[in-house]
Amino acid sequence: MSTFSNPISRAGTTAKGTSGSGRPARRGLLLHAVLLVCAIGMALPFAWMLFSSFKPLSEIFVQPPKLLPQDWNEQGYRTALGGADFVRGFWNSTYIALTVTAVSLLTSAMAAYAFARIDFWGRRPLFMVFLATMMVPGQLTIIPLYIIMGWLGWVDTHTAIIVPPALFNAFGVFLLRQYIKGIPVELEEAAQLDGAGRVRRFVTIILPLLRTPLTALGIFTFLGQWNNFFFPLIFLNSSENFTLPLLVNQFKGQYVSDWPALMAATTLLAAPMLIVFAFAQRQIVEGIALSGSKS
Amino acid sequence: MAVSSAGSRAGAQLRSGDQDVAPDARPDRRSRRRRGGDTAAGYLFLAPQLLGLVVFMVGPLLFALVLAFYHWDGFGTRSFAGLSNFTDVVSDPRIQRAAVNTLWFTVLQVPGLMLTGLFFALLMQRAGKLTPVYRLAFFAPVITSSVAVAAIWLWLFNPDISPVNNALRGFGLPAPNWLQDARFVIPAFAIVGIWQGLGYQLIMFMAGLQGIDRSFLEAAVLDGCSEWQKLRHVTIPLLSPTILFLSITSIIGSFQVFDYIYIFFDDRAPDSARTVVYEVVRIAFGEFDFGEASALAFLLFLALLLVTGCQLAAQKRWVHYTE
Repeated sequence: MSTFSNPISRAGTTAKGTSGSGRPARRGLLLHAVLLVCAIGMALPFAWMLFSSFKPLSEIFVQPPKLLPQDWNEQGYRTALGGADFVRGFWNSTYIALTVTAVSLLTSAMAAYAFARIDFWGRRPLFMVFLATMMVPGQLTIIPLYIIMGWLGWVDTHTAIIVPPALFNAFGVFLLRQYIKGIPVELEEAAQLDGAGRVRRFVTIILPLLRTPLTALGIFTFLGQWNNFFFPLIFLNSSENFTLPLLVNQFKGQYVSDWPALMAATTLLAAPMLIVFAFAQRQIVEGIALSGSKS
Repeated sequence: MAVSSAGSRAGAQLRSGDQDVAPDARPDRRSRRRRGGDTAAGYLFLAPQLLGLVVFMVGPLLFALVLAFYHWDGFGTRSFAGLSNFTDVVSDPRIQRAAVNTLWFTVLQVPGLMLTGLFFALLMQRAGKLTPVYRLAFFAPVITSSVAVAAIWLWLFNPDISPVNNALRGFGLPAPNWLQDARFVIPAFAIVGIWQGLGYQLIMFMAGLQGIDRSFLEAAVLDGCSEWQKLRHVTIPLLSPTILFLSITSIIGSFQVFDYIYIFFDDRAPDSARTVVYEVVRIAFGEFDFGEASALAFLLFLALLLVTGCQLAAQKRWVHYTE
């Protein structure tokens, strides 16, 4: 049986790859040539960033510009690390993004469970409100939010940029609700017969089954928070509170003509996420693609 | 799994939001009996997000609506403004210019993003084992902080040291002073936006392409369709839910462009480079005129609703769903 079906399926895939083309080999070569050139083009700005950060200032103005430094030099990094507290910015960004991610995953999963499984008064209209808020642009609510943060005494504190995204994530609620609805109710009913309450069923049955969407949503949330510029820009004033993007933006204002130092600072900002991406490419891409189920 | 279904799911949800909100087909009988207890349990699980919804979304939204009809700097006395904030905003030539700039940016960026995204997705579909390598290059800018992206392009747009301009001159093309020339600054933003956003479009289109039933394409081949006919009459119509979704989200994103401009120019952007959101931030946090800034933000929101509404209304003419 299996020896019979194997060649057929293999033949099927070969036919699929070459169908509609008289010269598959040459076409394949052309395809990879185009993709390779464009992929290199996409990566070139990063290469300029990285190599320029190792150039001495004098080499920046050499015409025509050369990609690789002639005289490798770490002065740019010395200036960058001396001009701004990158360690602190890195720590701020990391712990803020981690806190938001952890809390928002838990609260989103709880709300999603309520919407998917509990028959409570007002469920349908409330869910519609959650969906509708995804259309609201952040710039509209940031002005009243700024005033509210002023009343709460949260302006220029990390609380201002941690609490709102941690406690409100309409996209996360929507996404996880779709997944929970796909989990068979029978699993929970069996546990219920054994006397397990809502909370226990949620923790021991639902949460473990949500591992895939939670991972994707977590990566997505972490990336969004780590790279966020707009909210920290509005809410944070003092540089010891700055996240890494704000810190580099401030550094750029002060060292605008010291290109190697600016590119070193930019490399320090971009590198952590690029390294994470290189290792978790599949999960990140899936996480981003999940946003397609939005709205 | 998630990747392959995202595109079609996106389309299905755009078409009929109700379908998702419909109560479970199979209501839990036990829960109906104990309705009171279940309502308590429901709100218990919902409590943190409900608090967030009220305090950080619905509350501020209503507050912004009130603010738009007042003169207020957030601290001093408030005075009722009637519609004057709205009329001031609409008649301000600077804001009119910002609106035109925002539209120009959208017109350049959205088609640029979607066409290149679709083109590379079609190529990548056949890239086989090398797909992750190409994807890494195309997707890296998406996960990079906009501050890093703008800093890199600040360098690449600098007329004195830019390798881009050097290459343009090499080809005998004019090498503009991108960010200082009023004609080139918005196209420059669009270039940066396309470079950073392309990877996302690519991933979404690839997910949409994966969701296409192979049998349609095989039937087209049996009917003797050329590659172009297959693309035009089979692939594109079946991708239309993804195209609709991406066009809606890209336009919303383009209307809200802010980061690049602020990082390029700080609070000293020339009139030729300002966009609507840049003006919202300037009026609110530069002039502390919260009323006028809220009015402008509301007009932007209304414009977004209008454009999205038109797109959803027009979808019947060109969007095909297979389910």
